[in-house]
Amino acid sequence: MSNKFLKISIMVVSMFILAACSSTSDTEEVAEATTTPPPATTSPSSDRNQPTQEEIRAQNALRQTVFYFDFDIAEFKAADRETLTYHARDLASNPSKRIRLEGHADERGTREYNLALGERRANSVLNYLIVNGASRSQIEVVSYGEERPAASGQNEQSYSRNRRVEVVAR
Amino acid sequence: MKFFKLSIFAFAVSCMTMSHAELNIVITQGVDNPIPISIVPFSWSGSGVLSEDISKIVTNDLEQVGEFRALSPNNMLGLPDEENEVFFRDWRVLAQDYLLIGKINREPGSQLVQVQYEFFDVNRELKLAGEILTGSVTQLRDIAHEISNVVFEQVTGTRGAFTTEILYIVAEYVTPEITNFRLEKADYDGQRAQVLLESREPIMSPNWSPNGQDIAYVSFETDLPRIYIQNILTGQRRQITNYPNINSSPVFSPDGSKLAMVLSKDGSPDIYVQDLATNELMRVTDHPLIDTEPSWSADGRSIVFMSDRTGQPQIYQIELGAASYEVERLTYDCFNCAKARFLPDGVNLVHVRRATRQDPTYQIAILNIETLRVLSLTSTSLDESPSIAPNGSMIMYGTKFNGKGVLDAVSIDGRVKFRLPSAEGDVREPAWSPFLK
Repeated sequence: MSNKFLKISIMVVSMFILAACSSTSDTEEVAEATTTPPPATTSPSSDRNQPTQEEIRAQNALRQTVFYFDFDIAEFKAADRETLTYHARDLASNPSKRIRLEGHADERGTREYNLALGERRANSVLNYLIVNGASRSQIEVVSYGEERPAASGQNEQSYSRNRRVEVVAR
Repeated sequence: MKFFKLSIFAFAVSCMTMSHAELNIVITQGVDNPIPISIVPFSWSGSGVLSEDISKIVTNDLEQVGEFRALSPNNMLGLPDEENEVFFRDWRVLAQDYLLIGKINREPGSQLVQVQYEFFDVNRELKLAGEILTGSVTQLRDIAHEISNVVFEQVTGTRGAFTTEILYIVAEYVTPEITNFRLEKADYDGQRAQVLLESREPIMSPNWSPNGQDIAYVSFETDLPRIYIQNILTGQRRQITNYPNINSSPVFSPDGSKLAMVLSKDGSPDIYVQDLATNELMRVTDHPLIDTEPSWSADGRSIVFMSDRTGQPQIYQIELGAASYEVERLTYDCFNCAKARFLPDGVNLVHVRRATRQDPTYQIAILNIETLRVLSLTSTSLDESPSIAPNGSMIMYGTKFNGKGVLDAVSIDGRVKFRLPSAEGDVREPAWSPFLK
């Protein structure tokens, strides 16, 4: 009983902390997700199954499946921490769910180094998901290096879209 | 009476499909004082028109390596096709140093053609070489490259690499979602391209066995990067690795018995060597940061690789069998130095260099590891994947031109450059073959 209470209170506290540090999260995906009306609001009746604010937040977080990285940096951005925490919880509560983390780099630097860099980026997401409850067996990691760019230009705008980790459902 | 060596060219018949996209060479930079040479159009005694123009192929070969300038046939005072028609005085008047002449005949009673060529030093009035080469009409291009080899070696003392081939990767963007990846093989000048492997998943890092018949590469065809070896004559292929995580950068040892590679099965990418006969795997480096891009020293006893263990990519060398901490760092004066391989002299290290953090350009450079002198060979900004011709005279590399991946080549002194643009898609990761028999 007290154990359960402890768990809940840890969850509540961590939610609070996450909410407090997430205010700067403004990637394209999140912005897009928040403008989409949550599915629950389409139902006029206010029954007990209506999603809570927290559930809506979780759903929106799971819609973000691309995470961008700074040049030559293998750690995901602090702004993505909250979203990735939701991904980790989702995996923890759905043990049969499997995902693939696909790491990518921009074209600068040599191809084989970029292959390694893409893996390092995917691993930074992998480790965070595991620490936050996902099981290693649920996640496959693959790096494409610079071989599968999302944008083809030779400029920072394209490069910033190519330095990414994609979460792909399997 | 003249005596000619008779050689029969026996070429394996290839069943592979011809690529629709051939690469055509553009000379982008030449030397200031090229050697004047006259290549007289070869006469043809048979009927019909030959599919290949031998004198033109030889001219292209010699001009694109930059050291020669051929005289236009329009300016020649005569068009001899055998020695007794040569008047050296005529060629001296035209300030020519060398003269190549020849004739093509149909071999009596067969479908084969005989190509007779003779090569002269104009100033010494001396015949330097001459032979009759026999082959089918479809082998005229090979015969022409063989003649280029002889001329190049007679004049420069260096073995010609005109009968060599290249491997490279083509990425063609079919739709925003679908990319068609091809592993292709072509003559060194981009002609006669053939598709060796086609996939919707990436193909990377092609590499030649020293036997000139087997190639290794990385293919993502199973959704994961795995190493394959393929015989280019038979098309037979086998998957060499299936370790967890990255399997990449296969490189045959100088004797062809082993394959250096990069595996991240134990957490981070490290260099390994696999014995191809026993499949025994030996770990070469062991470091929690990235070690990749192995290449062999000429004696096969050590491996040069890149590591970002100090924060940025730098080049290191390790003896096979040495403890993993016994690495020697080779580069200190660059922000990012990578993809290194030694020239045949074992002293000059070809690599990709980004000199400073402020200047985000990647160029092909040569570091002399004894004098520490650095020679930058290129001035474009996204140069990578240098591959050295087997005679050590040129380096082919991938770069971007007008937003497209293209293959460029530069002489090791940086004076001569040529480009093989592609009609479609991005072309990259050239791998220059060894000397082929």
